Amino acid sequence: MAKIKSLADLRKLQEDVLSEFKVRENSKEPDRVVQVKVGMATCGIASGAKDTMKYFVEDLEQEAIDAVVTQTGCMGFCYAEPTVEVTLPGKEPVVFGHVGKEKVHEIIERYIKRGEMIDGIIPVNFKTIDD
Amino acid sequence: MRTIAEHIMDIVQNSIRAEATLIEVIINECKKNNICTLTITDNGSGMDARTLQQAVDPFFTSRNTRKVGLGIPLLKQNAEAAGGYLELASKLQEGTTLKAGFQLSHIDKPPLGDMGNTMYLLFLGCPKGKLVYQHVTDDGGFSINSEELKESLGKISLQKREIMNGIIELIETNLDEIGVKR
Repeated sequence: MAKIKSLADLRKLQEDVLSEFKVRENSKEPDRVVQVKVGMATCGIASGAKDTMKYFVEDLEQEAIDAVVTQTGCMGFCYAEPTVEVTLPGKEPVVFGHVGKEKVHEIIERYIKRGEMIDGIIPVNFKTIDD
Repeated sequence: MRTIAEHIMDIVQNSIRAEATLIEVIINECKKNNICTLTITDNGSGMDARTLQQAVDPFFTSRNTRKVGLGIPLLKQNAEAAGGYLELASKLQEGTTLKAGFQLSHIDKPPLGDMGNTMYLLFLGCPKGKLVYQHVTDDGGFSINSEELKESLGKISLQKREIMNGIIELIETNLDEIGVKR
């Protein structure tokens, strides 16, 4: 296949992909899809969070899971980078630390697919004294 | 940070937090003057004079999760180690411009790094506003922005593997064509 070089190439690629898969009219509402936020601050980037984010995109796509993967800033857990916050629809967000390639797989297989609590969760309290 | 791409990822996070609707990443490599400049401009909330002065201090940050802010100081250190400089300009409610220069031939200049992946992740992670990436060398220039990407791709998700690889390949191929070493 010729190398992709221009926007026209991308457009053609998109048409090819669309014709192969039936793209579900998916509203991607934030509270109905799995949300994955990868900490991408200085500490995160230095610990390889870019790769972590990429693994999530690739694996979620492979397992055909409806999810939105995005970046966030420092969550304060610099000692445990790369950190990832996963929010299953209707549930409270959960933060995982030390998320490398194996952990990404584990999070997807066990937490996202089956709701199983796994090791490496960082207890996070989003509520303040005033709440 | 080991590569310039990682610094870009880091500084653009600052622009995103400043709620910018236009972020431009411009890299200019000039062999004749032996200089490589990285300019990141945004139209976000900007900084007042006091904050601007403190921005290069590693112990200053606008976050409340921690007491250090290393993004800009680390970039300054890398630029100066490569015989370069870092300039910061900002105006409240108008935006911020960061300009870092590196000597191209300097042994301590960090390699450019994985721009394809970095820009892909930034396009994926900042759906609001417009993100522009422009790279100019003595052999030519290349530019891509999030609006033309959205236009070419329509409703399809950037997370689809073929699209992800397509975008990364597009960036890498064009950078090869203008002779960008990574």
